[in-house]
Amino acid sequence: MKELLSGNEAVARGVLEAGVKLAVGYPGTPSTEILETVADRYPSVYAQWSPNEKVAFEVGIGASMGGARALVTMKHVGLNVAADPFMTFAYTGVNGGFVFVSADDPEMHSSQNEQDNRFFAKFAQVPFLEPSDSQESKDMLLKAYEISEKFDTPVMLHMTTRISHSKGVVELGEPVKLEENRFKKDPTKYVMIPANARGRHKVLMTRLEELKKFSEETELNVVENNGSKTGIITGGVAYQYAKEAAPDFDYFKIGFGFPLPLKKIGEFIKKHETVLVVEELEPYYEEQIKAAGFKVEGKKYFGNLGELSPYRVALGMKEAGVIDEVAMPVYEPEKLFPRPPVLCPGCPHRGVFMALRKLRVAVTGDIGCYTLGVLQPLNALDSCICMGASIGSAIGMERVQGSDKGVVAVIGDSTFFHSGITGILDAVYNKSNVTTIILDNRATAMTGGQEHPGTGHTLMGEEVPQVDVGKLVESLGVRNVRHLDPYDYEKTLEVIKEEIEKPGPSVIITNRPCVLMPRRIMDEPYVIDLEACTGCSLCFRISCPAISASSEKNKRGNPKAVIDQTLCTGCTLCAQICPEEAIILKSQFVKA
Amino acid sequence: MEKSNFNILIVGVGGQGVLLASEILSTVAMNAGLDVKKSEVHGMSQRGGVVSTHIKIAPKVYSPTIHQGQVDVLLSFEQAEALRAVNWLKKDGVVITSTTTLVPSIVTSTKGMNYPENAVELIKDRVERVIALEADKIAGELGNPRLVNTILLGVMSNYLPFEKKAWLETLKAKVKAKFVDINLKAFETGREIKLSTVDA
Repeated sequence: MKELLSGNEAVARGVLEAGVKLAVGYPGTPSTEILETVADRYPSVYAQWSPNEKVAFEVGIGASMGGARALVTMKHVGLNVAADPFMTFAYTGVNGGFVFVSADDPEMHSSQNEQDNRFFAKFAQVPFLEPSDSQESKDMLLKAYEISEKFDTPVMLHMTTRISHSKGVVELGEPVKLEENRFKKDPTKYVMIPANARGRHKVLMTRLEELKKFSEETELNVVENNGSKTGIITGGVAYQYAKEAAPDFDYFKIGFGFPLPLKKIGEFIKKHETVLVVEELEPYYEEQIKAAGFKVEGKKYFGNLGELSPYRVALGMKEAGVIDEVAMPVYEPEKLFPRPPVLCPGCPHRGVFMALRKLRVAVTGDIGCYTLGVLQPLNALDSCICMGASIGSAIGMERVQGSDKGVVAVIGDSTFFHSGITGILDAVYNKSNVTTIILDNRATAMTGGQEHPGTGHTLMGEEVPQVDVGKLVESLGVRNVRHLDPYDYEKTLEVIKEEIEKPGPSVIITNRPCVLMPRRIMDEPYVIDLEACTGCSLCFRISCPAISASSEKNKRGNPKAVIDQTLCTGCTLCAQICPEEAIILKSQFVKA
Repeated sequence: MEKSNFNILIVGVGGQGVLLASEILSTVAMNAGLDVKKSEVHGMSQRGGVVSTHIKIAPKVYSPTIHQGQVDVLLSFEQAEALRAVNWLKKDGVVITSTTTLVPSIVTSTKGMNYPENAVELIKDRVERVIALEADKIAGELGNPRLVNTILLGVMSNYLPFEKKAWLETLKAKVKAKFVDINLKAFETGREIKLSTVDA
């Protein structure tokens, strides 16, 4: 049977077909839909969200030691968090097959960097497979489990945004039957005290030699002969771009990316006049092929930045002199205004950023929807590094600048559970005067509203107790804990101001849920009384998508405001800041 | 079928519901026995930013994204976004755009930044084959603003080689039972709108 599946959905299907017993991860674009699909369509597989990728990876390790096939999913930067267990699990190896997905984000569609995690696999000396479409995403997952069990190693499935989020036709298969398997005590393999770890490092080296042989033989690395003088070495989605630009060249398509089949690649190179390496981001293949003494070119023509495209690859091939013509765009685009993403109408973060902008304090930010607080016209966020970084960096800045300057950390609830708790612990332990605002909207909102330890539900829909953030930070030793309604603008301003001035660490917790999740919140909308509106533009500056310019102008020719009735959630913020009381409830306006 | 190679770019603003249209189109193409790939970006871009979906249909599709300047049909849910994307269109390509206007707050709050008052005209200055329709208004008249999707699909169906029956069957399968009739009506309404009718 055939189905139109995204790369992520295909991996989820692969989870079922490979007989995976446990699938675990932390949400992160572009990886999130893998576990969502598993939980939604294949409930026979146990699936869970963990608070962060490190815990998720460790849960996966435990499942593998327990004899089951396990899958762990994360976005590229998630592997930084999980790097600690990953690097040493490479030594111990597996019992049940262990595969983790690293979903990289070239172009940073929704990420803070575009690190190339193929280097991570090489760093840990762990094999990785690189699918180039949805069908391969499923097929290679199945193959990855065989490799994991055969060579006693974790395996990385390297995906990118265009693989994860592109749909293609996939032929479905049947689930495999696996033999029963359980944990077997073996301290020399699993207990990495130095004496055992030295032994396992040797095992890792021996395994690497076996994997090199495998890489030379496996059909995952394919040569396509068309009799051309030019040869292309490529893998992942870059293969598809290159095939589109030059379908009739000879191809060396890499599906097994570490260790590379350098002998086989060498033979391919010798048969061609010119060989180009087409790969996204870093020169991962190119460096190793050049280091092996072969003459190839790649980054010189295709660049290291952002994602490739059929157009970019064709231009690079033309520059390299292997193709003559590239179809060029014919129509000139108009220079237009930008349309950056914005906080939703009624978003409970908005009031907090309006207050922070007014207070002119340094605001260290974090990873989530609220990072959008940096954009015009809110302009109220000063840093964004990684999950949890807001608190630690606020502590450091406050220490060197002094608290009279005011340093505030803002962090979402899911990010707080992920890696903010230790930051608060540091603030208490080291007597910091930093103020942390936990924007608790009870959802992992940016990635689409996934469950977390504070939502009261698991990925599989089971009801569980919700973590009480206030009690948690109190138990860590925070004395100044305040709860805040971020729809009350004056109160928000007042509470943040008070806490900045207090000595010792403060934590302010907001209490409004995400307007989209788990259910869409729509209260009575507000309207603009155009007779009262003076066109002062104050309401434009709160950056609400429901408020825009009307065709009516004031005396100075500036537009008055209008509120989109289908978008307004009735959060009241704009009405609170309107100096003319021109923003009123729809029902009141009709009466008057 | 003469030509079996089609690139379709669907653009709009996050939250407009670009997804359903691309899902139905892909399914229609797959059921016609063609290879299909469809690529979109999730996450940050959904929060009121520009969203775009690439759909490629051919006997064998390689890249999931379209070569710039090779789009056969540009379908836009918002007129300025159609203008922004015209460089993706190929020489004899068709632009189908809703005249919907969504002015972002960055424009209203930044001096000197403007939303083009004549976006459709600016497209027509460049491109010969343009269909601009008040999809929001038509959807409102049919009784549900969410029908914009299906109306635009109806318009687009005139420029793709699939039978009307195939579109209707896929629509029936993809929308909730109680909305089937109204969606079929919306599709038919859209299908009546062609280059020949808008220019007349």
